[in-house]
Amino acid sequence: MNASFARGFCRVTLHRVTLCCAILTSMSQPLLAQTSRVEIAPALPSAAFKVGDLSIETPWMRETPDGARVAGGFMRIINRGKISDRLLSGSAPFSKRIEMHEMRMDGGVMKMRELDKGLEVKPGETVELKPGGLHVMYMDLAEQPKAGEKRKTTLVFEKAGKVEIDVVVVPRGQNAPTGKAHHH
Amino acid sequence: MSVLKVIRYFAWAAVVVMALVAGLAALGFRPGQMDAGRMPLAASVGGPFELTTQEGRRFKSEELKGKPFALFFGFTNCPDVCPTTLLELTNRMEDLGPDADKIRLVFITVDPARDTPEFLKRYLANFDKRLIGLTGTQDEIAAVAKAYRAIYKKVPTKDDYTMDHTATVYLMDAQGRFVSTIAYQEPADTQRAKLKRLIAGS
Repeated sequence: MNASFARGFCRVTLHRVTLCCAILTSMSQPLLAQTSRVEIAPALPSAAFKVGDLSIETPWMRETPDGARVAGGFMRIINRGKISDRLLSGSAPFSKRIEMHEMRMDGGVMKMRELDKGLEVKPGETVELKPGGLHVMYMDLAEQPKAGEKRKTTLVFEKAGKVEIDVVVVPRGQNAPTGKAHHH
Repeated sequence: MSVLKVIRYFAWAAVVVMALVAGLAALGFRPGQMDAGRMPLAASVGGPFELTTQEGRRFKSEELKGKPFALFFGFTNCPDVCPTTLLELTNRMEDLGPDADKIRLVFITVDPARDTPEFLKRYLANFDKRLIGLTGTQDEIAAVAKAYRAIYKKVPTKDDYTMDHTATVYLMDAQGRFVSTIAYQEPADTQRAKLKRLIAGS
């Protein structure tokens, strides 16, 4: 390989890498901006519970394995108001206490954190609590919720105050409030 | 072929190679997510251990020899990942039908303080009956996690604690050698294919 060939090769390669990087960067930006918080507020389905400017939609949880002491609660919280609010705490007759947790996967490791300042819902925002992410954590279950039941839970927001919701219990392994179980 | 053309081809080839390397790096190629073939450390994943079953019986890893096994670290105070993975493995055992007896499922708790043999027995009764549930002393759990290069950590919450832990299912052959993994929430079809391959290869 002569010198001019090598120079030309390096120059063209560098140019192409730069080009590809630029394309990839522009492509990945919307992806990076995507979080569990989305800006849309979809039309109210039937299972919506309102308090102040907030509405809590389709709250659900999975039936727990016998003996389980914890369970995750999932829902969408929509803030149609002008000020930010915060889910601070909650209670349910079937569990000793409720915490707000965030779960994430980090290189194959499941990491769980308590949100000690609660869960913020900014104006115009929809916060989605779902498996693998944000969730309400029922701690020290007194009994096991069974599929088909509706379980009362009281949520306490900083500004909007208290709201009682009915949490639909779905079969184990289901990854969404409706639809098929995870078993294919 | 002109020199310019050759340069152009080689330049594109170089771009492809670089993109692949960058892509693999970006995908986060870490132990626990790789297949044996691509993993230089494969030989060092796994190893002998001694723990206690959900029946309260002492259990040596030698007992696993002769059949491949799927091994998972978790804890029963886990609201999502652990019951989901255990349920998925249970469903895969159903899918396998008679072949399910050619494989073993092993669940090792990373929270032995709460997961006593008695409690493990009650909890695991919700899943495939063939599941071998294992607990032990803190030192024994630390040793087996180290052998499998699994990570776990106690995380305090306001009134309690929870556990961070490796959520990968380790697929090991009949000699206890690392073969591959099932990642959290991999599609059922992929899980099935990997288990079938594990059985066929052993």
